[in-house]
Amino acid sequence: MIYNIPFFTVVALIAIGMYAMLFKRNLIKMAIGLTIVESGVNLFLITLGYRKGGFAPIFTDLPPDVSPADIPGKMVLPVPQALTLTSIVIGVAVLALILSLAINIYRHYGTLESEKVRRLRE
Amino acid sequence: MSDEKMSVIVQTIAGMLFPMVLIFSFYVILHGHLTPGGGFQGGAIGASAVALLIVAYGSKTIEKKMAEENLSIFESLGGLVFVIVAIAGFILASAFLSNFLVGEPLFGQIPGWGESPLNSGGFLPILNIAVGMKVIGGLSAIVLMLALVSREVKEQ
Amino acid sequence: MKKLAFIGFVVFCLFLFYAAYDIRDFGAPPSSMDDRIIGSYNSTTGEWEYGAVNETGANNAVTSVVFDYRGYDTLGEATVLFTAIAGVMLLFGGRKHE
Repeated sequence: MIYNIPFFTVVALIAIGMYAMLFKRNLIKMAIGLTIVESGVNLFLITLGYRKGGFAPIFTDLPPDVSPADIPGKMVLPVPQALTLTSIVIGVAVLALILSLAINIYRHYGTLESEKVRRLRE
Repeated sequence: MSDEKMSVIVQTIAGMLFPMVLIFSFYVILHGHLTPGGGFQGGAIGASAVALLIVAYGSKTIEKKMAEENLSIFESLGGLVFVIVAIAGFILASAFLSNFLVGEPLFGQIPGWGESPLNSGGFLPILNIAVGMKVIGGLSAIVLMLALVSREVKEQ
Repeated sequence: MKKLAFIGFVVFCLFLFYAAYDIRDFGAPPSSMDDRIIGSYNSTTGEWEYGAVNETGANNAVTSVVFDYRGYDTLGEATVLFTAIAGVMLLFGGRKHE
């Protein structure tokens, strides 16, 4: 379907992030590319679980005119949202580790360009 | 960079906002089984409150108030509570991480249609609090450590 | 070599584009999917027959999935967070006071 606009957004995000990871030499830019790919994957999971006109899978604040007979087939899927929640926290942890490694590299070599880091090694 | 503190206006506003953000974070954590939110989200909000203090007051001042070793101990305590509750499910009920409190009169009330009692959910609120402690401690320790180290790198 | 890498990247992007074109429609997952977790409420007896609220007692189905149905996943995620913090402490903790 050509109307799958959110899926094309996912493709654009993953392509931009992959480009930054593959063709940029700065370590911070590579970390930014990894984060963009990660947000593309999160958006993909959320998009898979979306249902048009559906309610959030929380029974506390449903609209007042919703009766229990309306519920089957009318709720957004909860499992992709739960997996995305896990994925976001793992992404933050991995990003912190990447940034601290980048800080360490900058301390030792005085630069963040990956090719110069390789040349300085003795 | 010798003086990384911000101006007095920013410091005062940050000091006033810090308890409010922390209370909102506790609300999101404690009502995680009823409203949108939970341990991860509330923990991220609390860690952002600590990050606000670090930006306003400078990392050295905050490090004297809360050492990152204490934050790390707080985080490990959250993980310990999680594992203990999971093993209690193994001992008291059928399996590891099984919800042994659901159906009990105190914690495990099952809500009907349109009801939202706070004492529902079995062991989910306990796990929410454990994960909230873990995320607040862990992300605050990471932010504090990165702020301290980047300050050192700038001074070199 | 860099040209070859760029060609591979373009092929990868075209494959992704075709996959996004060929995937099922947006906003219309199969109707029976996750019905087991969302559950059904019996209005005459006033009880949940099956599903998240009956089994875990929480109104928020996402929380019940995160901590109950997929609790092992959350435990592993907590381990990943702990390991990342231990790594950051290992990199910086010892030499902070120099």
